[in-house]
Amino acid sequence: MRKVLLPTIIIIATILLILRLFYLQVINDSLKLKSDNNAIKIQYEYPERGYIYDRNGVLLVANQPSYDIMVIPRELKNIDTLEFCKLLNVPKSEYIRIIKKAKVYSPRLPSVFLPQLNKLEFAAFQEKIRKFEGFYIQKRSLRDYQVNFGANVFGFITQANERTIEKNPYYNSGDLLGMQGVEQSYEEVLRGIKGVKYIQKDKYNREIGSYKEGEFDTIAVQGEDINLTIDAELQKYGEQLMNNKRGGIVAIEPKTGEILALVTAPSYDPAILVGRQRSRNYTMLYRDSIAKPLYDRGLLAEYPPGSPFKIMTGLVGLQERVIDEQTTFMCHHGFSYAPGRFMKCHGSGPHQLHNGIYNSCNTYFANVYLRIIGKYSNTPYAVDTWSNHVKSFGLGQFMGYDLPTGKKGKIPTSKTYKKIYPGWGYSGKTIISNAIGQGEVLMTPIQLANMMATVANQGYYYTPHIIKKIKGEKIDKKFTTKHVSTIDKKYFAPMISGLFDVYNFGTASALRVEGIDICGKTGTAENFAKINGKRTQLEDHSIFVAFAPKDNPKIAIAILVENGGFGATIAGPIASLMIEKYLRHKITRIDLEKRTLERSLQDRYAKYSGKKTVDSLLISKPKIGDSLLVMKPKKVILTDSMKKKN
Amino acid sequence: MKNQSVTNNLDWVSVIIYITLVVMGWLNIYSSSLSLSDDNYILDLSQFYGKQLLSIVLTIPLIFMVLSVDGKFYEKYSTIIFGVALLSLAGLFVFGKTIKGQANWYSFGSFGLQPSEFAKAATALAIAKYLSDVQVNLKDVNRQIQALGIIFLPILLIVPHDPGSALIYTMFIIVLYREGLPPWYLWTGFIAIVVFVLSLVLEPWAVILISFLVTSFIYYKSRIIDRNVVASAIILVLISGFVFSVDYVFDNVFKQHHRDRFNILLGKEVDMKGIGYNTNQSEIAIGSGGWFGKGFLEGTQTKGGFVPEQHTDYIFTTVGEEWGFLGCLIVIGLFVGLIFRVIYLSERQKTKFSRVYGYCVAAILFMHFFVNIAMVTGIFPTIGVPLPFFSYGGSGLWGFTILLFIFLKMDANKVNEW
Repeated sequence: MRKVLLPTIIIIATILLILRLFYLQVINDSLKLKSDNNAIKIQYEYPERGYIYDRNGVLLVANQPSYDIMVIPRELKNIDTLEFCKLLNVPKSEYIRIIKKAKVYSPRLPSVFLPQLNKLEFAAFQEKIRKFEGFYIQKRSLRDYQVNFGANVFGFITQANERTIEKNPYYNSGDLLGMQGVEQSYEEVLRGIKGVKYIQKDKYNREIGSYKEGEFDTIAVQGEDINLTIDAELQKYGEQLMNNKRGGIVAIEPKTGEILALVTAPSYDPAILVGRQRSRNYTMLYRDSIAKPLYDRGLLAEYPPGSPFKIMTGLVGLQERVIDEQTTFMCHHGFSYAPGRFMKCHGSGPHQLHNGIYNSCNTYFANVYLRIIGKYSNTPYAVDTWSNHVKSFGLGQFMGYDLPTGKKGKIPTSKTYKKIYPGWGYSGKTIISNAIGQGEVLMTPIQLANMMATVANQGYYYTPHIIKKIKGEKIDKKFTTKHVSTIDKKYFAPMISGLFDVYNFGTASALRVEGIDICGKTGTAENFAKINGKRTQLEDHSIFVAFAPKDNPKIAIAILVENGGFGATIAGPIASLMIEKYLRHKITRIDLEKRTLERSLQDRYAKYSGKKTVDSLLISKPKIGDSLLVMKPKKVILTDSMKKKN
Repeated sequence: MKNQSVTNNLDWVSVIIYITLVVMGWLNIYSSSLSLSDDNYILDLSQFYGKQLLSIVLTIPLIFMVLSVDGKFYEKYSTIIFGVALLSLAGLFVFGKTIKGQANWYSFGSFGLQPSEFAKAATALAIAKYLSDVQVNLKDVNRQIQALGIIFLPILLIVPHDPGSALIYTMFIIVLYREGLPPWYLWTGFIAIVVFVLSLVLEPWAVILISFLVTSFIYYKSRIIDRNVVASAIILVLISGFVFSVDYVFDNVFKQHHRDRFNILLGKEVDMKGIGYNTNQSEIAIGSGGWFGKGFLEGTQTKGGFVPEQHTDYIFTTVGEEWGFLGCLIVIGLFVGLIFRVIYLSERQKTKFSRVYGYCVAAILFMHFFVNIAMVTGIFPTIGVPLPFFSYGGSGLWGFTILLFIFLKMDANKVNEW
């Protein structure tokens, strides 16, 4: 019996197959009929991408129509290549190359022959398209930038590459998708869903209507408009202030975590990445490894923060009760923390928390840090306690904001030091540089801004985010969830009062703005580079953090200017001006504005890089006095068929 | 013995059917991948037919290699071969290259290998080796578990990349049954399949109700002495558990495209996304062939490129369209002939090892042949399983060639052992 089973199964299965084939091939006539009318053309309808507005409803990014010439290689017939190439101004060698590439992708599926023609080019080609069988025109919508700033915030639109197409079946060859900035993080919201139409053809290639009465067709779904939290005026002003400098600015509204401005310098006009010049311009930006215009310094520039970190040292000291406001340390132009080890300080005399902050006294905070680490006999435990307090401000981690790039920064833990000092002990003195934001601590500008927002709120923050509103949708819940720091509210008041007096008696006293109570802190980050093979210390990066007004804060801000020197020289003025601009919409410190706008660090950068590189390929930003936004006609007319759909 | 030709005592019936299938397969690949606007020459390696021709030419040295190895070699080293096959499958998790959503390739430059195609032969060898051990008696539960273990080990490694190929391995259970596995395994499997399909079509409670009625009926009908309330209850509980787990697996473990394939087949879902497009197109292509087909290179559906992946899993549609019902009968006849020939040869083997191996070869060939044509004609859901010797792909062709010729070598050797 056992021998019979397999043969029996085989015979039954074979009979089943033969019956099925007999039914399909001999009995069922409808299939034969279908095959005569079975040529199907797939037509895509691309919805218009959602518009991007700023927090006040100012239109920043709209759309314009564009036309791609598509080719289906196997349908090419008797093309007069000479005429074709002349019409489109394409060399013949290029024609052969593109067709070959398209054939490799697929002889049966459409590939892009020439992307993003403008209306004029399209019109010329449209007249003669009948002569060129195998080519057709696909209408898409392209970005139309209403402003010439914010390139890093928006990101750009590019053609889906082969890897994306393989990974995500939504995209076909030639489809567009957002890269970097909000275009990438909100790609699925902005792009909508393209519509598909199956059109039936008979065997003579004539269209005979929609396939299966449109059963498989889908209607294009319009992309949603979004509002960013960016304040267009502030963003533009920030980019102007950063002219001829390199660095980043991040401004956050403390009460909500909304990003008011996200500036990186140098930047570029977003419009240069649209149209037929896109690829050439992008390559240029991409290859610039010195000025790095595509590198968002506000999110990515990771440096030891320097003095602003003393805020953390002070707060943790208070919370751990190793100091109070009256605790006094003597400073003798520095602090000798071990035999032969001396940390310099510019000040002298007795320091408490208050003047320790506004004088930025290294000695004072070094002592506080020693007490924090010395509080527990178990040094690793003490380090972790400190580390956890600091991390509760969102530092040393990806913060979870809605932009596609970022850096974690670094807040060391006992694990870090176990690796650095394996097998032998370390004490507070070994790692004392952390007290003043040197050592192992690393932060990005957005983390600095978030730290200031937390101080401004006296102990909590919301995850920074750039999305304010999506039409018809709620924004992610994580942006409305309060993160409470481990520092009690009562310890913030003395810190804030110290930060306020930075402007009154301290390192930023020259930067006061009449009528606005600003709390701030200067900082400098040391940095090194190899010049002619030698490790050379370069001019410090200039850092400034602030929030204002002191009571009921509306803006927290962090500024980084590469090689700008002492914090109060370049970053400080920018902070004051940005705050005044945001709170009053006009500038009273004209002197400060003029000086800051004109300040150029290009000579310094040129010296470091060894060759004269002016960031001149980047379109210069408009001068002060230009009206805020150059408004262009608002709605873009898309295809008739698309309008019907929407 | 040493100086005898490697082709001595070879079963020429099998070889001739094999060659016929390979040649017919290539003609159909040529037809389905011929692009019209080009100057074609057969060896164009940028085209599928060119690559496949190269693969076919390369099978000749491969066959000679398989045949020139001593017949005892495969038995002696079957465990090691199986181990290597498992390692190469496991290695996919680390080094696998993803092509068309399945990470079941090793890539060597422009050239790729699919280890799952070779693992079938290795598994067959391992099963044969295990069962041929005189101490192994499949009446013993431990032995049953071990034998099933040999089958399920490769299945576990393949399922994540290639669920279709994993399905093929279940056919080995028939081989175990042939060698003494108790029938209730088959019954369990059969009931599981029926309940599985029912749970997809009906609501869970309806399936459980049906099971209850059927169980009660059997209970009532069986002799009083055989009635066992506890056993019946346990079986019912197990079935109920299975029904709910099917629902869970279907909703939570299966991916959307798996669900779609079942739903379309079961007519549960109106196909709005065009996923049924493949099956629909392949039915049209086959159906349009009629009695005698449209002739070689004359298939309008084939030329129009309407059937996706026509040169691989859907190659049978070209047969259906261009050679018609008659052509289909010939191809099916060749396959069934080959499979029965292998079964016949197996039954006359002297050693248990080669008999079991032969059975495995027949089972694998049958499962591929049946599942593939059933899918293409719309009886089965879309399961990515190639048609042996026909479908485009070097790994597949070589895998099946090795599988078959190892057996033919064993068969030839048997005569030498006199």
